[in-house]
Amino acid sequence: MSAFPQPLTSIAAPLLTDNVDTDTIIPSREMKSTARTGLAAGLFAPWRYRDADTRAENPDFVLNQPAYRRAAILVAGRNFGCGSSREHAVWALAEHGIRAIIAESFAPIFRANCIRNFLLPITLDRAAIATLAGKEVTIDLARLTLTSGGVEHRFALEPEAQEMLLHGLDAIDLTLQHAPAITAWLAQDRSLRPWVYELAPRPLPATTEPAR
Amino acid sequence: MARTLFDKIWDAHRVASLPGGADLIAIDRVFLHERTGAAALRHMAELGRRPIDPARVFAVMDHIVDTRAGRGDGTLMPGGEGFITETRPACRAAGITLFDVNDPRQGIVHVISPEQGIVLPGLTLVAPDSHTCTQGAFGALAWGIGSSEAEHAMVTGTLRLARPRAMRVRFAGTLPAGVTAKDMVLALIAAHGAAGGAGHVVEFAGDAVRALDMEGRMTLCNMATEFSAMTGLIAPDDKAFAYLAGRPYAPDDFAAPYWQGLKSDRGARFDAEITIDAARLAPMVSWGTSPEHSIPVTARVPQGPARAHDYIGLAPGTPLAGTPVDAAFIGSCTNARLADLRRAAAILKGRRIAPRIKKALVVPGSMAVRRAAEAEGLDKIFTAAGFEWRLSGCSLCFYAGGESFAQGSRVISSTNRNFEGRQGPGIRTHIASPETVAASAIAGAIADPRDYLA
Ligand code: SF4
Repeated sequence: MSAFPQPLTSIAAPLLTDNVDTDTIIPSREMKSTARTGLAAGLFAPWRYRDADTRAENPDFVLNQPAYRRAAILVAGRNFGCGSSREHAVWALAEHGIRAIIAESFAPIFRANCIRNFLLPITLDRAAIATLAGKEVTIDLARLTLTSGGVEHRFALEPEAQEMLLHGLDAIDLTLQHAPAITAWLAQDRSLRPWVYELAPRPLPATTEPAR
Repeated sequence: MARTLFDKIWDAHRVASLPGGADLIAIDRVFLHERTGAAALRHMAELGRRPIDPARVFAVMDHIVDTRAGRGDGTLMPGGEGFITETRPACRAAGITLFDVNDPRQGIVHVISPEQGIVLPGLTLVAPDSHTCTQGAFGALAWGIGSSEAEHAMVTGTLRLARPRAMRVRFAGTLPAGVTAKDMVLALIAAHGAAGGAGHVVEFAGDAVRALDMEGRMTLCNMATEFSAMTGLIAPDDKAFAYLAGRPYAPDDFAAPYWQGLKSDRGARFDAEITIDAARLAPMVSWGTSPEHSIPVTARVPQGPARAHDYIGLAPGTPLAGTPVDAAFIGSCTNARLADLRRAAAILKGRRIAPRIKKALVVPGSMAVRRAAEAEGLDKIFTAAGFEWRLSGCSLCFYAGGESFAQGSRVISSTNRNFEGRQGPGIRTHIASPETVAASAIAGAIADPRDYLA
């Protein structure tokens, strides 16, 4: 996974259903190992295949249609990516080649997972999204604009997310620059809330039973 | 200035303000499970990184473990064993406390964290699992994250976060008999939508919330994620302190002023407020494929998205009660604690499930819940009624392959998600309280639990 391809031009594949959940994006049974790879074949398995075992394609599903097979942009409805926190949903989308999702809204964990993996989540209103479905769209992440058919839309993104996506920055590396502040905070907190850090468990008594 | 409980926890954990407006927030506890935690542990090790404080990281095998007697590392999910056998050495290498498959403390992550006293009021706790919000019932800021964020939290002891807004959801009045925390949260999501809490941390308050036992409060907070909230939480009171005091990882008492101050100040301002009259609530059952598709058990299926009607096989206008069901499931981090099992057993006692029910499972939320239930003979009631009595785990709350309900089954389930395929390909899930599951299993059709109360 690398920085957001800037600018990105692609046909926008329409998946205008509300509440698309991560069980649908990548069903649990398609998560076959502890790796972050090897997930693309399971992407949208319940919708993409008539039979998940034989992988017989459902020709009606948008990503199986010739025009959209290589789409890098998905346009979606409300609350996209709801449900399980599985980051595998984002890994599967990215491995398939999706680099941006334009939706009315995103589930919060899914959205954070997108940013960590340099997949751009764009929020637009329903009317604007409808005009993009099936059209060629160009996204300029530096200017926070997208254009389609000569019409420009602006979108919002936290400055930090914009930086991370543009430059492919690793969040852990960025945070470790604050190591002195973290160490100082921990030292102070240890005296304020010692119970947070004193974690020698008692032996297993009856207290492990549910309260009553 | 008057502050909310959320403000107090957030402000106390702010390590730094980051350029661009986000905050660096200290994370007190990380809890992993073998399904999504394994990916975080593996990636962390691949990059040669280590947890900043392994003593504050915990892991459990719960998601794909077998729940049949005599289990080992083998899973019904094809290839699932690798998640278990990789998580174990990865935890050992990282110095993380692991509640292993046959540890007596094993159970669903959000059930055992409070049982062990790992979650405490005022803490920040994260897990790569969306239902981490369950633990907000104890007045902690506890929320679900992805695997990368779990790695970030382990390695740096912090997360980079934009401050969410605060919402208060007040349940005023007293719940009628037969109406539970599950019905409260389903009613909230039905009224305000599956995205109704987006961008917010939700504090649940009001007389009906105060009146709930800790198990009920966990059920309520559990589904904050189905409301799209970052998390839910409830100010800790004597019930919360009494539950936690003396548990293996918890303090002996909570008398210090610090604990008593963990509540929203009078006059604290919330960005959004919702009030619901608890006295007017009824047992709720989902009719469709999102938790927002929930209605009182006595109501008719409304007009919803065509796709949801097609999948679930119920046309608008159909009365929900009386819809035949093929299977029943009592389990999950939503509703598989001792109080849940007691209430379901009270309905099942001396009764049998209907002959048309092909599969009926009770999967206790933890092995401790299982032992406690057996000590009072609940297992006998369930098995006499026709339910299977399993070991603890997530089980058929979700489908990982290997075990499911019969093709096309309609399942009445005490879980939290009724998504397409959540419990297996083509499985039609109706989510409800454990008592509604019990009543429906007896009737062989979606039923009003109030008709079965002694
Ligand atoms: S019981 Fe279900 S919802 Fe809860 S953690 Fe397990 S799989 Fe997730």
